[in-house]
Amino acid sequence: MAIAFELNGKSTSVDVAPDTPLLWVLRDTLDLTGTKYGCGIAACGACTVHINGETARSCVYPIASVAGKNVTTIEGLSTNHPHPVQEAWIEAQAPQCGYCQSGQIMTAVAFLKKTPSPTPQQVDAAMSDNICRCGTAQRIRKAVLHASELMQAQGGAR
Amino acid sequence: MSTTIERPTAQKDSISRRGLLKSVSTAGAALLVGFNFSTTAGAQTSESSTADEKAKPRVSPFESWVRVDHNGQVTLLSGRSEMGQGISTALPMVLAEELGVDWRSVKVEQAPNDSRLFGNQGTGGSGSVAESFTPLRQAGAAARLMLVSAAAKNWSVDPSTCRVKNGVVSANGHSATYADLVADAAKLPVPDLKKVPLKKPEDFEIIGKESIQRKDIPSKTDGSAKFGIDVRLPGMVYAMVERCPTFGGKVASFDATKAKAIPGVIDIFEIPAIEEIHSWGGIAVVASSTYIAMQARKALKIEWNAGPHAAESSESIRKEFRRLVDSPMKLVVNQGDAETAISSAPKEYKVEADYELPFQAHATMEPMNCTVHVRKDGVEVWAPAQGPELTQGSVAQVCGVKPEKVKVNTTLMGGGFGRRYQADFGVEAAQIAKRIPHPVQLVWSREDDMTHDYYRPASYHRLSGAVDSQGNILAWKHKSTSTPISEWWDKAGTPESSELGLSFQNPYMTKNYRLEYLPTSSGVPRAWWRSVEASSIGFVMESYVDELAHAAGADPYEFRLRQLGQARKVSHAVDKNESPLDVDRLRGVLELAAQKAGWGTPLPAGQARGIACHYSFHSYTANVAEVSVEKGRVRVHKIVTAVDIGIPVHPDGIRGQVESAIVYGLTAALKSQITIKNGAAVEANFNKFTTLRMDETPIMDVYIVPSVLAPTGIGEPALPVVAPAVLNAVFALTGKRVRRLPVMTSDLA
Repeated sequence: MAIAFELNGKSTSVDVAPDTPLLWVLRDTLDLTGTKYGCGIAACGACTVHINGETARSCVYPIASVAGKNVTTIEGLSTNHPHPVQEAWIEAQAPQCGYCQSGQIMTAVAFLKKTPSPTPQQVDAAMSDNICRCGTAQRIRKAVLHASELMQAQGGAR
Repeated sequence: MSTTIERPTAQKDSISRRGLLKSVSTAGAALLVGFNFSTTAGAQTSESSTADEKAKPRVSPFESWVRVDHNGQVTLLSGRSEMGQGISTALPMVLAEELGVDWRSVKVEQAPNDSRLFGNQGTGGSGSVAESFTPLRQAGAAARLMLVSAAAKNWSVDPSTCRVKNGVVSANGHSATYADLVADAAKLPVPDLKKVPLKKPEDFEIIGKESIQRKDIPSKTDGSAKFGIDVRLPGMVYAMVERCPTFGGKVASFDATKAKAIPGVIDIFEIPAIEEIHSWGGIAVVASSTYIAMQARKALKIEWNAGPHAAESSESIRKEFRRLVDSPMKLVVNQGDAETAISSAPKEYKVEADYELPFQAHATMEPMNCTVHVRKDGVEVWAPAQGPELTQGSVAQVCGVKPEKVKVNTTLMGGGFGRRYQADFGVEAAQIAKRIPHPVQLVWSREDDMTHDYYRPASYHRLSGAVDSQGNILAWKHKSTSTPISEWWDKAGTPESSELGLSFQNPYMTKNYRLEYLPTSSGVPRAWWRSVEASSIGFVMESYVDELAHAAGADPYEFRLRQLGQARKVSHAVDKNESPLDVDRLRGVLELAAQKAGWGTPLPAGQARGIACHYSFHSYTANVAEVSVEKGRVRVHKIVTAVDIGIPVHPDGIRGQVESAIVYGLTAALKSQITIKNGAAVEANFNKFTTLRMDETPIMDVYIVPSVLAPTGIGEPALPVVAPAVLNAVFALTGKRVRRLPVMTSDLA
C-alpha cells in the first residue's frame, strides 16, 4: 500500500511494508543516502531527521507513521546556500570521517530553532545523544554556539 | 569447505609502468613525475618516455605519481585512503608547496591497485603523511624545475631569474602558465629526484600554516559525501549475513523456508568460512532492501556448531593471565639484575602492581560493508577499505579470477581505526555476489560489527620494582601476557614483538630492567586497534612510573623529568632496525604540557591533575589531565596535550587528530569494553558499548612543538597518554589507584 508524505518540500509516495523504518525507505527506496545507519536502535543519532520540524530517529520510525507528515533530511536542509549551521560546521572544521555529521547537524538545527541563544551547557545536553567516534564533540560544541550567533545576525532562526 | 586465500604479495601487478604512462599521454601532452620512496628515484615524462621497461622498480612502502595535465591541472594519485584523518588535504599541501601551485587546485585521485607502482596501499600506522612527505616534495620540486627550465629556454633567460606563483612562471616581463609550459617541459630530461633542491622549512608558504580548511568538509555537512554504504548502482540488491555468535562456530544446518517467503527476499544460501583471513562464513540473505534482509535474517532457523571456543569467557582468559604471570615467563629483556635489586630493597621503597586491559571494539560509526558486482569481464568492488590491495587479492581468489580483473574503488570511510585493514567484509560480499547477477551491497548490522570485530587484545601486566634512598628508580620488572595479534595474523612471528611497545625502549633510567612475556591463546579475534599495543603499554608504563614517583615521595612531573635523565637516544632492546627514542624530545613535550597546563598551580577544590608522556609511531606526546570524581564517576574537565611530530604539516588537522585520539582513549579508559561470555562478545550495540558523550568531553588544548625534523604521524600516538594522565589525576585526588580498565564506579565508590 502506498504511503504518501512530504519529503524535503516535495510530495512523495512509497510502496513498502508499513513497518519499514523511514531510514531504509530514504536510503534504499529513495536513494537519499545522506541519512546514515549507525545502530538501528535509536542509540547513536546518525539517522536523525526532522518530522514536522521535530527530530526523529529514522532507524526506528516506521514509515506508516510518516504518512501525511513533513520529513526533512540533510539533503533538504538548505537548497541554494548553506544553512548557518552548515556554515558554522565548516568554520569550526568539525567533521573528520563525517559519517555521524548529518545526524549531528539535523539535531543542532532543531535545537537552535527552539533555543536560539543556548548556553554551552544547553548545547552539551542537546547534543549528547549523538555519538561521534572521531571525537569531534569539542568542535561541534563550538560550531553550535557559532551557528547561534550567525542565525541571530541573520535575523533569527529560519 | 574452505577456500584458500593468499594474502596478496606486493609483486602482483595489474598495469605495467609503461601502460600507465601511455594511458596518460593519450590524453594530450602531460608531465608525469613518479617517485619511489625507498629505492632509486625514478622520474619519467610521458613525452620523453625514458622509462626502462626492464627496470622494474622495487616495492616500496609508498610510491605515488604526480601528473600535470596539458591544461595545467595537477593530480596527485594517492595510494592511501581518506578515513577522516585528513590526508586528502595534507598530501596536496605538501605537493603544492614545492610545485608552486595553489594547494586547493590539486586534485587527489585514489590510485588504482598496483603494488608495483604504488607500493603497499594499506593506510595505517599513522604513516600516510610521514612516508609521503619527502617523495611528494621531491616530485613537486622536480616538476617545478622542469616547468621553469622550459620557460627559461623559451625566453632565453637564466632559470634562476624565474619566479613561480600559483602555477605561473614569470621572468623579465615574460609570463606563462604551467598549462602553456607542460608540452615543452615534458621533453626535458628529468632531474635526479634525490638531488632536486627542496625549500628550506623557513620558506614554507603552505606547510605548517594555520587557517587551512580541509577540502572534504563541505561535502560532509550536506549529505553529499559518499561512503561505502552509500554506493547505489542500477539494479543493486542488498545482502546481510547471519554468522555464528560464537567465535569459530559453524553452520550445522539451517531452514530458510519462512525467510524465503518474505516478499523482497531474492535468495538465501550458505557461504563458507575462509580461515586464512578469519572470515566466518554463515547464512547469506539477499533482498531488495537492507531492511528486508534484516527481517529475513530473523526468520532463519539455524543450528550452530558452536566450535572449539564456546567455553571461553573474560573470566577464563583472566584466570589464564594470572596463572601465567604467577609462573616463570619468557625473558625478553634483561639489563642488570632486577630480581636481586628488588628483593634487597627495603619494603617501603618497593612497588608491586597488576594492571589489566580488556578487549576493545573499533566501533566505527559506519558499520562494515562492501559492494561487489561480478560481471563476465571482471569484478568491480566498492570498498571502504584501509587495505584495498588485500581486498583486491582476496576478492580475486573468491571469484576465481586474476587480481587485475578485480577493480577496487576505495570509497570514503566512516571511520577506520584499524578495523578496515581487514578483507573479511569484501570477501563475504564477493562470496555472495558471485552467485547473484546484480551488484550486491553487503551491509553489516551494528551488532554484526561489534560482535565480529577483530578486537584490541586483552592483556595483563605485573609490575614490580623499587626506588632507592635518593629517590631514583632502582629496578623495574614487567611480566606481561596478552592474547597476541600474532596468533591471528602472524603465527610464525614472535608474539611479544607486537605486544610490548615502548617496554622495549623504556626511557626511564634504571640499571636493573627486566621484561618477561608469554602469550595467552584465545579464540577471540584480534588485530590492530588505534595505537595498537601502545594503547595498553602506555597506560601500564605511565601508571607505574607514577606509582614509583609516589613511592619516592616525589612530584610525578619532577620525578619523570629526573628519571628521563640526560640527553640520550634509547635504542630498542631487541629490534635494531627500530629508530631510537630521543629523550630530549620526550622531555620537551612533557615540559610543554606541564607548563601550558600550569602544573603545580592551584585548582578548584575537588579537582586534581595527572600527567603522562609516551613515545609511539616515532612521535612524542604528553598529557596533563584535570579531573574530579563525582559519585564514583570520573569527570575529566580538561586535557592539555603537547606533541612533537617533526614538521607539523597541517596544524589544525593535527589538533583534530589529537582531540580524536583523546576522546577515543577516554571512551576506552572510562566507558567501553568487550567482555566475552560463552565464546561470544557480550556488548553488541551502543547501548552496552557506551562511548564518551559531548557532556563528558573535556576541554582539549593541543600544543605542537615547532620542528624542522621529518614529520611523523599523529592519528594514533596521542592515545596512549590519555588513560594514564586521567587515572594518575584520579590517584592524586582520591588516593585510589585504578589498575584495571575501564574504570568502574565500584573502583572509586
